[in-house]
Amino acid sequence: MNLHEYQSKFRFGEFGIPIPRGKVATTPKEAYEIAKELGGFVVIKSQVLVGGRGKAGGVKLAKSAEEARDLAAEILSKTIKGLPVRKVLVDPGVRFNQEIYLGITNDRAVGKPVMMASSEGGVEIEEIARTKPEAIVKEYIDPCFGLHAYQVNNIASGINLPYDHWKQFTQIAMALWQCYLASDAELAEINPLVITDEGQLLAIDGKMIIDDSALPRHPDLAEMRDIEDEPEAETRAREAGISYVKLDGQIGCMVNGAGLAMTTMDMTKLYGGDDIGPANFLDIGGGASPEKVAAALRIILSDPNVKSILINIFGGITRCDDVARGLLVAYEEVKPDVPMVIRLQGTNAKEGRQIIDEANIPNLVSASTLTEAAQKAVEAAKGAM
Amino acid sequence: MSILFDSNSKVIVQGITGKQGSFHTKLMMEYGTNVVGGVRPGKGGEWFEGTVPIFDTVKKAREVTGANVNMVIVPPAAAVDAIYESVDAGIELIIVLTEHIPVHDMMKAYQYVKASNSRLIGPNCPGLLVPDVGKVGFMPGSIATPGNVGVVSKSGTLTYEVVYALTEAGLGQTTCIGIGGDPVIGTTFVDVLEMFENDPDTEKVVLIGEIGGRAEIDAAEYIKKHMTKPVAAFIAGQSAPPGKRMGHAGAIVSGGEGTAEEKIKALQNAGVRVARNPEEIPDLLK
Repeated sequence: MNLHEYQSKFRFGEFGIPIPRGKVATTPKEAYEIAKELGGFVVIKSQVLVGGRGKAGGVKLAKSAEEARDLAAEILSKTIKGLPVRKVLVDPGVRFNQEIYLGITNDRAVGKPVMMASSEGGVEIEEIARTKPEAIVKEYIDPCFGLHAYQVNNIASGINLPYDHWKQFTQIAMALWQCYLASDAELAEINPLVITDEGQLLAIDGKMIIDDSALPRHPDLAEMRDIEDEPEAETRAREAGISYVKLDGQIGCMVNGAGLAMTTMDMTKLYGGDDIGPANFLDIGGGASPEKVAAALRIILSDPNVKSILINIFGGITRCDDVARGLLVAYEEVKPDVPMVIRLQGTNAKEGRQIIDEANIPNLVSASTLTEAAQKAVEAAKGAM
Repeated sequence: MSILFDSNSKVIVQGITGKQGSFHTKLMMEYGTNVVGGVRPGKGGEWFEGTVPIFDTVKKAREVTGANVNMVIVPPAAAVDAIYESVDAGIELIIVLTEHIPVHDMMKAYQYVKASNSRLIGPNCPGLLVPDVGKVGFMPGSIATPGNVGVVSKSGTLTYEVVYALTEAGLGQTTCIGIGGDPVIGTTFVDVLEMFENDPDTEKVVLIGEIGGRAEIDAAEYIKKHMTKPVAAFIAGQSAPPGKRMGHAGAIVSGGEGTAEEKIKALQNAGVRVARNPEEIPDLLK
């Protein structure tokens, strides 16, 4: 789960990391009040869960409370990469002379957290990794023993941090480690951590990603999920216990298993070419009961872009004939009006296909291979466009 | 022959009394797997299906039965403890099926296993299957048949799909292994490829990967340097957008790393035949 900038920074603040004393506004008037309180010189930052906000015009400097109000109005009316801006963070303006990157993430291959830093902050770490990899300093942290002070010295030394700031830098790095641990974070990142003209370190932008698997033990963090900022269908799918991600294509996919679901998406793209592709990722999990299938159908159909549906079920322990009967029950309940292609494979696949074929439903056809199923779904989508 | 598991393997099931645990244990036994015991604290002395003794602890189960494999199918909050318990009891092979173990917990357990003599497969994996010998985990026995192809995969149903296609095409398997779709897992592609390379009965290998992380890139480097046996591969998630998690906790392209495209390229550079469609895999092995 991704946290907004303001959520991440406020959490950093709770762990003792110095952050600007800004506030969140949802209306231009609120932005005006906050800017006035902060002395007028402020930065207005859109709070949406996408990168590249600055380039999209979602971050602006204001010199007065009046200008802050007008800029907030402008930013709050924007849509950035498909997400409407509903909140802005109003932070006091800061003058600084250096930008540092400091972050902790999980290194999957090593099985350890890794702290990374760079004197070239202010741009994304991936960008630094591409253009100037030597400017990134890394320290692997033993998950059992934690971050040692000497490792922070290694980092401060590696990024040539002036000695004046080492003491404060150590406090911040240790606090970030504590925050990462206490939040079950996949990523805790300050970018940039600036050296202000007054000679203080300050975390002026931040990002956190929380491990979804750990949310049950962090009700306070789970509550921070911004439901407004995700497609409604994803919220409903999560409540139904279905793994669903909305995509931009036209073919709704319903599959059992995550790997097979990705593969099914890929096949629609392979045969659909540039214009046709998957409308979603959807894993209904094991079993494929009529209730689950019906819920999944409703979620897929709530996307107006969907022109056809491809159902791909591999019956292993679940038998395909049972799945086919379940599909017919769900079909009767939901009555989808778009063409549907069903491909059943594995245990009792033949019997399953026979059940589908004998039901003789005009917009419901079966296919025996994934290739055939994907081609049929693509044709059906083209016909409906 | 097979890797990791053979007719001498003795399996215990931690979580044998749970709904999933008992269901799959029965299927494993029907397939011929030598299930010698179960573990469930508070139920020691009872019997599963009248034939399999249940113990309170892994230590006790191992002492009495001589089990060398523990299949862990307990809720996520109890799963890492089961890993520590298995390591301390001296279990050689720990197979964790449980999904949704927090990564921070898993990183500690991973380091603990690494410093021990135990091997961990998973978590969040379907387990392994040796055709006509036994299976540990979710894989349906009916789709596999003995032969000379080794299969290693990050996923579940996609693996069954490929194993089924191999069987239909007359290509049997030595061992089918699901290593799991989590970011931090005990056994990697490289580990399994090395075992297949050293297994005299495995002549060909199928690798099924997906977006996220760099395990497939490491596999490509290993294949290029060390493997003499032919490898065919499929990478799922070619159409997945960056930054979105596709079901598996580990299946996410972040910061431009872990794309299907770079993995396919690396594998092709290593001489691996990469299928555009999983149905092509049997042909690529012929």
